[in-house]
This record gives sequence, structure tokens and C-alpha cells, in this order.
Amino acid sequence: MNVIRAVGRLWLVPVTLVAWEIATRAAGQPFFPPPSATLARMGEMWLSGPPAHLLLTEQAMSDFGPSLARLFAGWALAAVLGVAAGVAIGCSPRLSGYLDPLIHLGRAVPPPLLVPFFLALLKLGTPAQLATIVFGIIWPILLNTIDGARTVDRQHLETARIFGFSTAQRLTRVIVPAAMPKIFAGLRLALSLALILLIVAEIFAGSGGLGYRLLSAQRTYLYADMWGCLVVLGLLGYLLNSAFLLLERRVLAWHRSARQTT
Amino acid sequence: MLEITDLVHSYGSHRVLDGVSIRAAEGELVCVVGPSGCGKSTLLRSVAGLIRPTGGRVLIDGQPVERIPDNLAVVFQDYSRSLYPWMTAANNVALPLRRRGLDRRRRRDAAMAALDQVGLADAAEKYPWEMSGGMQQRVSIARALAYRPSLLLMDEPFGSVDAQTREDLEDLVLRVCAHHGMTTLLITHDIDESVYVGDRVIVLTRSPARVAADLPVDLGESRDQIATRQLDAFVRLRAEVGRLVRGGSPTPTVLEKH
Ligand SMILES: Nc1ncnc2c1ncn2[C@@H]1O[C@H](COP(=O)(O)OP(=O)(O)OP(=O)(O)O)[C@@H](O)[C@H]1O
Ligand SMILES: [Mg+2]
Repeated sequence: MNVIRAVGRLWLVPVTLVAWEIATRAAGQPFFPPPSATLARMGEMWLSGPPAHLLLTEQAMSDFGPSLARLFAGWALAAVLGVAAGVAIGCSPRLSGYLDPLIHLGRAVPPPLLVPFFLALLKLGTPAQLATIVFGIIWPILLNTIDGARTVDRQHLETARIFGFSTAQRLTRVIVPAAMPKIFAGLRLALSLALILLIVAEIFAGSGGLGYRLLSAQRTYLYADMWGCLVVLGLLGYLLNSAFLLLERRVLAWHRSARQTT
Repeated sequence: MLEITDLVHSYGSHRVLDGVSIRAAEGELVCVVGPSGCGKSTLLRSVAGLIRPTGGRVLIDGQPVERIPDNLAVVFQDYSRSLYPWMTAANNVALPLRRRGLDRRRRRDAAMAALDQVGLADAAEKYPWEMSGGMQQRVSIARALAYRPSLLLMDEPFGSVDAQTREDLEDLVLRVCAHHGMTTLLITHDIDESVYVGDRVIVLTRSPARVAADLPVDLGESRDQIATRQLDAFVRLRAEVGRLVRGGSPTPTVLEKH
């Protein structure tokens, strides 16, 4: 049943591909290579390596490796900073009184504008790139964590007080778990933003990686390469989101079930 | 053991408790019954140290309650928000025991023993949302038991379960409180329940709450859902409490006996 339903939902994908193929072939524009050519180029670039390396080429390693490392490092860093700061701010009305205006100001700054600033402040390459990613994606994590920590059920907190939980217990066993559904929503949004900012950072603040490949392909009129990068970025975003949903489903099993029963 | 003297509390200018004095001896189960909204929860929260009353004094074992005492446990009415849904029953029960300085194994053992006492040994690994309301409330009681408080506070603990479960839980509380010799303050708006469960029934007046009467319950130690409720003494006391809750004045005959 599930298979049939999945197929039912996926039929639009091949139809679109075929339509695109026909349209691009008919148009014959170099800027719009047919999907088949793009796919062939992608295989050539990234998947024609030795079987020992799972067919991955050297170029695949140098394109994906650093990009994925940056993506995850930036995301993890933003997660740690955002959750820690968010819990602290959410638990302290005084702190949030001071910081709320700053947070909303910071959030309103478009992150790409800060690339030059980070470049001046930090070294070209990884530090400036990470700073760009972290600064760009931390907001949904921070704001959601603050909201989650602020809206913990009063009775959950009173129970913690009655039974004399230590500060650490209160944070790790009550506040963070209670805020987890909101934290996860923030983390998921941040993950999709991270992919965007990764490309921004790689285009403006370094060499190597998918973003750089995309830029150089475009500059050298290698349109099939460029489209290959776009496709792979789309796929990457889709995969990351799916993987994250799986994780979320496991971690927040209590949340989904609790909501279904009450 | 518990001495509440002239407790006064106002929310802003709205006076809720107006000089409430209640005493409970060691091991006694005192029921507080009063009309809805009269300030019962406020009373309990003052005793627990969750709010600072406007006036009056609460002593537990001779110690004034300033912060939340560490020999006190609370069972709230709303079990669905009292247990942590992200933890299994056993972990919910075991979590407060860190404070008792028990290591992981002994916390676990104590939690299992308490769950066993409330008849939930099999449900230790279940999450709250996998359990019925009555089961959740039993976990909540097990958590209080495992904590080994000398004072147990219960705020309408059976207010949101069905009648059959309610009777089972009443018997459970009677059994475990007697077994552990815990002093218990049980708040309820159910007149029947207060008489059935209590060693003493305190009736509060309509808001602002004062003590309308303090009635000893002469029904013996062991109680039975059917037999006890048929006793003349039970019926008379229930009628008396009912009259008082509705704002009537005490009947001399009932008071004269003591
Ligand atoms: N935090 C609060 N702030 C202001 N007023 C409050 C607060 N808590 C309770 N009250 C008011 O105090 C009065 C007594 O409330 P309380 O919850 O103590 O009554 P109760 O006897 O427990 O009621 P119930 O039988 O409905 O549980 C009510 O009129 C209520 O509106
Ligand atoms: Mg109440």
C-alpha cells in the first residue's frame, strides 16, 4: 500500500524530467542543457572513480568533502551555541529583557552582508565561512529554544521544585526535553538555511567546495557542470531534511504520541 | 507535625485565605474539603512553599516553611502534566531520588519497589502517554512514596479519573499512608471522599476561606468501599460535611460527641 502511495506521489518527477528534456532539446540553448546531459556530466565528474572508493572521483571528494564538513560543523556549532544561549535567555526574564532587542536586530541583518565583515575579522577560508554559516542559521535555533524554555508547563517546573531538582537536573531533565519539540523545529529550519549559507560562504569567502565549483563552472560557461551542482544541492537538501525527520521522529516519539492521546 | 496558624493569602486585593488554622499529628490523614474556588489549592501551595502566603505561619516538624521543605511530596490533580512525558514511569519515579544520595541501581530498585506497591510493576518501562489516567496517577503516587516524605500533600488527586478508579486509588492511598506512617493532607471537593479517606475532615467556608469545622472521623482504621459507606456514622458525618460545605452551621450533636 505504502509503495503504491509513494509511487502515486512521485509520478510528477519523471513527467517533469521528460518534459524538461523535450523542451531543452527543442530549444537547443547552451544555458539550458537537457537533463540527460547534466546527469551524464554529473556521473563523469563525481561517479566515475574506482570501485574501492564507491566510484567517487577525486573531484567528488574535493567538492563534497569540505562542503559537507563545513555544513555540519557550522550547523553543530550553531546548535550548541543557540540551544545553550536560548535556554539561558528563556529561563531568565532579566537576561531576555536585555537581549531581546539585540536578538531581533541581529536576526534582521541579511547574513550575506556580513561576509566582508567576517573576512576582515577572520581568516579567509574556513573561519570566515563558518562564521557566516553560524551567524546566518543560529536565529531560528535561538528563538525557538528561548520560546521553548519560556513556555515549559508550570506544573513540570513546580514538580521539579517540589522534589528539589538540582539546577543541572532541571535543565537537562525538564527544561531542555520540554523545549525539544521547538528546538527541533529550529534545528530543521537551520539545516536548510545552512545549505544556502554554505554556498554563499563558499562563493564569497574561500576556494574549494560545491559553491566554489558552481561559481567557477558558471564563469567558465560549463553549464552542464553548473546544472550538476544545482541538482546535487537540491538532492542534498532533500536528503538532509529526510534524515533529520527520521532523527526527529525517534527523539520526539514521546511528543507525537503524547499529542495523539491527549 | 504540621501546624498551620492563621494563614492569610491574597492575590492582589483579592483575599483567598482568611486566617486558616489546621493541625495534623504525625501519621494522620487530614482531608480538607471546601466549595470550588474557595482557596484549597492556595492553601496547599502555601504549605508546600510554592507560594509565600501574605500572612500566618506554617510549621512542619516545628520548622517554618520558607523554601520548599525536602521532606515533602505533592501529588497534583492533573497527572497528565505532573509526570514528564519524555520519561518512562520508572524514570519518573526514580528522578527525584538523586537528592536522597542513592546511586543509580538503588534509585532504580526504590522506583521499582514503589511501582510495585501501587500495582504497576509491569508498567515500569511504559511512558505516561501509554497509560490510562488512573495508572498515571498511580505513578505519581509511587513517585511520592519512593521519595519517602514525612508529609504528603495531595491536591484533588482523584478529581479527573472515573468512579471505579477513584475508589481503587482511595483505598491505595489509605493503605500506603498507613503503611508508611506518612502525615497526609488531602484536598478534595468530594464530600464522600473526605469522610471515607480522612482521619479528620476540615471543612472550609466559601471564599475567603476560613475553617468552618474540624470533624474527627470515627470509622475505625480499616475501611471498605461498600461496608464503610453504609455505616450510620458515615452517613451522618457525610450529611454534616455536606451541610457545612453548602454554608450551613455546625450541628451541635455531631460536635458534642468530641
Ligand atoms: N495565581 C493566582 N493569581 C490570582 N488569583 C488566583 C491565583 N490562583 C488562584 N486565584 C484565585 O484564588 C481563588 C482560589 O483559588 P484556588 O485555586 O486556591 O481554589 P480551589 O479551592 O483550589 O479551587 P478548585 O476547587 O477549583 O480547585 C480563586 O478565586 C482563584 O481565581
Ligand atoms: Mg484547586
